[in-house]
Amino acid sequence: MAEYKPIRKVVSGNYAAAYAVKHARVEVVAAYPITPQTSIIEKIAEFIANGEVENLEYVPVESEHSAMAACIGASAAGARVFTATSAQGLALMHEMLHWASGARLPVVMVDVNRAMAPPWSVWDDQTDSLAQRDTGWMQFYAENNQEVYDGVLMAFKIAETVNLPAMVVESAFILSHTYDVVEMIPQELVDEFLPPRKPLYDLTNFEKPFSIGALGTPADYYEFRYKIQRAMEKAKEVIHEVGKEFGERFGRDYSQMIELYRTEDADFVFMGMGSLMGTVKQAVDVLRDEGYKVGAAKVRWFRPFPKEELYELAKNVEGIAVLDRNYSFGMEGILFTEAKGALYNTNAKPIMKNYIVGLGGRDFTVSDVRKIAENMRAIIEKGELDVEVDWYHLKR
Amino acid sequence: MEIPENVKKRLSIPGEEHFYAGHTACQGCGASLGLRYVLKAYGRKTIFAIPACCSTIIAGPWPYSALDANLFHTAFETTGAVIGGIEAALKARGFKVKGEDGIMVVGWAGDGGTADIGLQALSGFLERGHDAVYIMYDNEAYMNTGIQRSGSTPYGAWTTNTPGGKRHFLEKRHKKKVIDIVIAHEVPYAATASIAYPEDFIRKLKKAQKIPGPSFIQLFAPCPTGWRSPTDKSIELARLAVQTAYFPLFEYENGKYKINMPSTKKEPKPIEEFLKYQGRFKYMTKEDIEVLQQWVLHEWEKLKKLAEVFG
Ligand SMILES: Cc1ncc(C[n+]2csc(CCOP(=O)(O)OP(=O)(O)O)c2C)c(N)n1
Ligand code: SF4
Repeated sequence: MAEYKPIRKVVSGNYAAAYAVKHARVEVVAAYPITPQTSIIEKIAEFIANGEVENLEYVPVESEHSAMAACIGASAAGARVFTATSAQGLALMHEMLHWASGARLPVVMVDVNRAMAPPWSVWDDQTDSLAQRDTGWMQFYAENNQEVYDGVLMAFKIAETVNLPAMVVESAFILSHTYDVVEMIPQELVDEFLPPRKPLYDLTNFEKPFSIGALGTPADYYEFRYKIQRAMEKAKEVIHEVGKEFGERFGRDYSQMIELYRTEDADFVFMGMGSLMGTVKQAVDVLRDEGYKVGAAKVRWFRPFPKEELYELAKNVEGIAVLDRNYSFGMEGILFTEAKGALYNTNAKPIMKNYIVGLGGRDFTVSDVRKIAENMRAIIEKGELDVEVDWYHLKR
Repeated sequence: MEIPENVKKRLSIPGEEHFYAGHTACQGCGASLGLRYVLKAYGRKTIFAIPACCSTIIAGPWPYSALDANLFHTAFETTGAVIGGIEAALKARGFKVKGEDGIMVVGWAGDGGTADIGLQALSGFLERGHDAVYIMYDNEAYMNTGIQRSGSTPYGAWTTNTPGGKRHFLEKRHKKKVIDIVIAHEVPYAATASIAYPEDFIRKLKKAQKIPGPSFIQLFAPCPTGWRSPTDKSIELARLAVQTAYFPLFEYENGKYKINMPSTKKEPKPIEEFLKYQGRFKYMTKEDIEVLQQWVLHEWEKLKKLAEVFG
């Protein structure tokens, strides 16, 4: 193994994704522009135009639905495949997301979290990706540009091991268009970490013709579903191993599906996903100085859902403030539902409260976290919730 | 029956079979015959993409397949995009695509999946210039969901969502000319074909194989179930569609039009010839038939002009 000397580049989250695609030696990219995803694909096209990548076929399709369809065709034909989108684009892909997981194709995509219209909004909101919860895609939420880069590389390895597609999610503008230092991995070392894809099946195999996706009668369909769930369960182990290997090779450990920050002795923790958690970690430091015993729990992988890790955390805290930059209408924040559900049949019963924050790009700052901390402390002291779901920013 | 050697030599249809008996098409299904010819023409080194349509069912449920070739079943509206993706993958992986010894990538979709919901993906496929063949088998309605109209359903035809009743019928517009839309993309090769003329069809398939870039073939494929026609009349009906100029056979190659059938020298047969045996047209009055007849002749004149000017 060659010695790892990172290449430091100042890049946007989108360019971090594009570099990861290049370093992963992706063979087919099919995509359709949508703000704020566009610069990912533009950068990849630039790599091709400048001859910086070989054997990469770029298919500039006429819609996101076709982007995912083309990715699916290409993946079934054995290629390593990538696309990227946001919001309305992801919603348009929805049908094909099921197709990718159902046909067990390890397509990887970046979704730049953007609020759904109407009203039109190009800013951050996680509802687009979370609405795809039940499509059989794995979902990784990146906190910063480094995690976008690392996430894409790991996503290919994990997806190609368990034969399920994976989504790497970054937030609109906060990451996609904000420049930051990213430590990139020299190509030879990426190659060692991520060897060429070995497809589960390959349409170029003409020895013994086969068909994929044919009618599944009631006698068989059920088992097809079960196998996807099995693959999701296996993915937890694979995520752990690949995350650990990544840490050993490149110094950034991703073995935990929930990253814990100063939670060891915490009375209560803030739980959330994505770029939000950068702010939260910073706030935890501030609050600790002010005498709060708080920590942060960053859910990296939303699918598969890290039930076991959540249980370990929940056993040791009195309260969990779940911060959702998303909403499931008629219910509550999506991570909140998931987290409560995961703990129901356990004996860990911390007080859990849902704070809806930052929808459509509304600023979420350290002082917001402090206000939430004050509220959580009061609730825990009293031993009962004021409201279960708090639309934190609402102009009243 | 043993075919005599001298006859065998003259047959232009390959003898080999890559479509298994035991498929699940209805009796007299034109589409299944078409699929059989495609498999004969291209053989095993072919990757098929088939969207939701009758052919999904014809090909058989998991774990079976009636096709002796690789087949990817895909979503209704995605044929153009999926074959584009497959082609891109083959190229990235260094395979030869199309041509005599290349891998054939074939999209096989119904008229609904082509003229309606899949039109956008078809357009994208054509315009981007992928090396693949898109075959639209035209049975003039959504048969798989139980005979509903498509953009390719003709004037006057009964379907379950454009029924003919005591007072009138609902299908008041003419058949969408998908091939004209395709040609507007200035593709290298586009053609119409019919299951009644297999030699012509196979010749066109072979041509599509040789010419680089995207090719499109619109194959006329009667459906006795949806047309309410006797199962032994499919080929005859397909032939009459050509002879009446309702569905003329022609090719468009690098900007040039060539009519194959019917003869441009003779008057086409009257449209009634084609309408007979078909329950779906039984609601039409004499006037309705005349409307259809005028449309057919008008379109036929247009095609003849195109062939004259751009022949
Ligand atoms: C998005 C979507 N909408 C609707 C359907 C239902 N559907 C399945 S096949 C079909 C009709 C197919 O018609 P056509 O393409 O003409 O082929 P045919 O059945 O006649 O062979 C429809 C509407 C579907 N599968 N997907
Ligand atoms: S309904 Fe028509 S097209 Fe479908 S299988 Fe039967 S005959 Fe063929």
